[in-house]
Amino acid sequence: MNVIEMNQVTKTFGKHQALDGLDLTVKNGEVFGFIGPNGAGKSTAIRVLLGMLRATEGTATIFGKDVWQDAVDIHRRVAYVPGDVNLWPQLTGGEVIDLFASLQGNVHQQRREELLARFQLDPTKKCRTYSKGNRQKVALVAAFASDAELFLLDEPTSGLDPLMEKVFQQCVAEVKAEGKTVLLSSHILSEVERLCDRVGIIRQGRLIECGTLDELRHLTRMQLTVETRIPIESLASWQGVHDVVPTEAGWTFHADADEMEAIMHKLSAYGIRKIESAPPTLEDLFMRHYEENVESRDV
Amino acid sequence: MKGAPFAGVLRLSRFIIRQDRMRYMWWLVGITAMTLVVPPAFKELYPTEQDRNLLAETMKNPAMEAMVGPGDLANYTLGAMVSHQMLLMTAIAVAIMNILLMVRHTRAEEEEGQAELLRSLPVARHSQLTASMLTLCGVNLLLALLIGVGLYSLSFDSMGLAGSLIYGASLGAIGLFFAGVTAVCAQLSESSRGAVGLSFTVMIGCYVLRSVTEWIPPFGWLTQVQPYSDNNWVPVVGLLVVSLLAFALAVILQGKRDIGSGYLPSRSGRAHASVILRHPIGLAWRLQRTAFISWSVGMLVLGLSYGSVLGDLDSFFKDNEMLAAMIVADENSSLTAQFLPMLMAVLAFISTIPALLSIHKIVGEERKSRVDNVLGRAVSRNKLLASYLVLALCTGFMMLSFSALGLWLAGTTSMDEPFTFVTVWQASIVHFPAVVVMIAISTCLIGIAQKATGFVWLYLFYGFLTLYLGGLFQFPKWMEKLSPFGFVSKLPIEDMNWLHAGGLVAVAGVLLIFGFHRYNARDIEG
Repeated sequence: MNVIEMNQVTKTFGKHQALDGLDLTVKNGEVFGFIGPNGAGKSTAIRVLLGMLRATEGTATIFGKDVWQDAVDIHRRVAYVPGDVNLWPQLTGGEVIDLFASLQGNVHQQRREELLARFQLDPTKKCRTYSKGNRQKVALVAAFASDAELFLLDEPTSGLDPLMEKVFQQCVAEVKAEGKTVLLSSHILSEVERLCDRVGIIRQGRLIECGTLDELRHLTRMQLTVETRIPIESLASWQGVHDVVPTEAGWTFHADADEMEAIMHKLSAYGIRKIESAPPTLEDLFMRHYEENVESRDV
Repeated sequence: MKGAPFAGVLRLSRFIIRQDRMRYMWWLVGITAMTLVVPPAFKELYPTEQDRNLLAETMKNPAMEAMVGPGDLANYTLGAMVSHQMLLMTAIAVAIMNILLMVRHTRAEEEEGQAELLRSLPVARHSQLTASMLTLCGVNLLLALLIGVGLYSLSFDSMGLAGSLIYGASLGAIGLFFAGVTAVCAQLSESSRGAVGLSFTVMIGCYVLRSVTEWIPPFGWLTQVQPYSDNNWVPVVGLLVVSLLAFALAVILQGKRDIGSGYLPSRSGRAHASVILRHPIGLAWRLQRTAFISWSVGMLVLGLSYGSVLGDLDSFFKDNEMLAAMIVADENSSLTAQFLPMLMAVLAFISTIPALLSIHKIVGEERKSRVDNVLGRAVSRNKLLASYLVLALCTGFMMLSFSALGLWLAGTTSMDEPFTFVTVWQASIVHFPAVVVMIAISTCLIGIAQKATGFVWLYLFYGFLTLYLGGLFQFPKWMEKLSPFGFVSKLPIEDMNWLHAGGLVAVAGVLLIFGFHRYNARDIEG
């Protein structure tokens, strides 16, 4: 069953097209990584899902309900953490967490205290004294202390230090283990790589790539570093070989996944002394997508 | 840092002007226009000395003196009349302009973090404050010149160059006075809202105290200037000196504090939310609690000061039988009772301000992306908007009641035959349907175009002008009827018109339904 379904959703603000036929499905129980640079439409998509913005065209549902019509029903089962957490300067963090919990419908005191300790947040401080990271902790504690079935997390860790990011990752792993669904928008790719079952890349308001990390990697190139007994002269002209760079005693290059067998076969004729291979990181993947698209658009 | 305590001031001033030039222009055009339309209107309405002397006679009572200050009633030329009737009111508009602009440039920038960005550049600690003050010096100087030259260029006999210039200069000086006071308030309070509130409190306090003794700055000093008769420059110079001192104090206070902090204590908080805070209306109340309490005190004090005037009026009429014979129009009501509706109308207009501020809070919350926190949970838009609406209605009702209470309390102690509380309260609460219409208009604007919610203030001001000054300017009756306040029965001298009251409520109902409908259909900005 799909928890989130967006079909051909467009959203325009005046002349600016923020979403341009976005298709997105998030399955029950998975952690879905939603990646793209600033301004690609991640937050707009999430605010459409929350019923804050009305989609210009297309349909969007959560738990099979319309996100605009049935917003309140949906929100009872959803926890939302924005990237920019704006809180009331005159309230304390503790008050805000309780307020959020009661607006949601249920308060888990024990879990709240446990999360406060894990995130090392002092709930008696006024929100005006909190840093960006601490405001994010308030929203995260409120979210993970609820018994939501779907977590909409919009760049939730942009202000957290590495230790707190680790706590956040544990929390995501825990809710996943409980069978809950997470939509994690981010541009911190290592985080997405570590946590997500599936990844969607958004660019200019549309999803340009979507699948498991393995699937996405399959479409792309491995990075190889080789040293051979016999020097290779014609490497750059081989099929499936890209970005050839000489090193001290050999070469570094990228190889297409589907040409890998042929390339290895050829290489072995030159007497391999040393070979290292690295799978493409999400970052490579992401950069390649963007660079290619920018190039193709420029042409 | 030590070498250049004001580095970057000129550049920052230019930056401020660049950002806010349109805002300045609207304020200057508005205040100048409001000043310049008056003398020709007075000339039209009171062409002869005889007409003016007749008006001067009616001004010779404590109620008028408390509201517009003393005037040169013995020699009531057109110029003397203009400065008597208009100077104090215009001064309040100038004060409001300076308070809002000063907070905008200082504490608001600090609260929102722009100040920190600027101060990380080679810009000295006091540069922003100084640049704000310099800019406002320029704005007030420009205002003084515009008004001074403008009034002189109308070329009426009794409005010479010296009088016109001092008229403008005294307004400019009042402006600088409040720029200075606000600069201090912006250091004391930690939030821009707090700074505005504190400055307004000072302003209203000064205005109220002035009616007790005329030597309370700045409004008491202002009424000593008497343009077009005494042309007394001393109070103007005095105001300028005080504003300089206030600014120096602001600089000293700023030098001793961290960025983002204030001097008024912010209480340390609780780890858990109270039961009240666990509901949208509880949150809305919590956000407005301080404002509600300060406005309540303010309305009570304002009611008290108006009520004490009633006592003076009482004895004044007793001593002056001839005037009593002139004014008496209705055998059934006392002379003081005839003044009650006018006082209550003014109090009702002022009571509308906190009620509108209360409903407008939801727009502020949206602009600061904080409604997402509430609407993102299991709260419908209807419930959220209704929370703010209920609070605004309660605020309007309570403010009317508090002003009535104050007026009654002071009236009881100072009058020989005091009104009953019920009489006073009814005369006040009869305005409630009109207040409800104003709140409904705001709700409508919030639903349709939240960026345009400011227009309701213009409409409120229109209602005030037509009703309060309508008699003076002899506006046609239908102009009053374009504002809901034109349909309010003048209790206790008129009978209650239930049809009008019911009509107002019905109009409000329609506007509210429309406003809620639109609020459900639009995007929430963030």
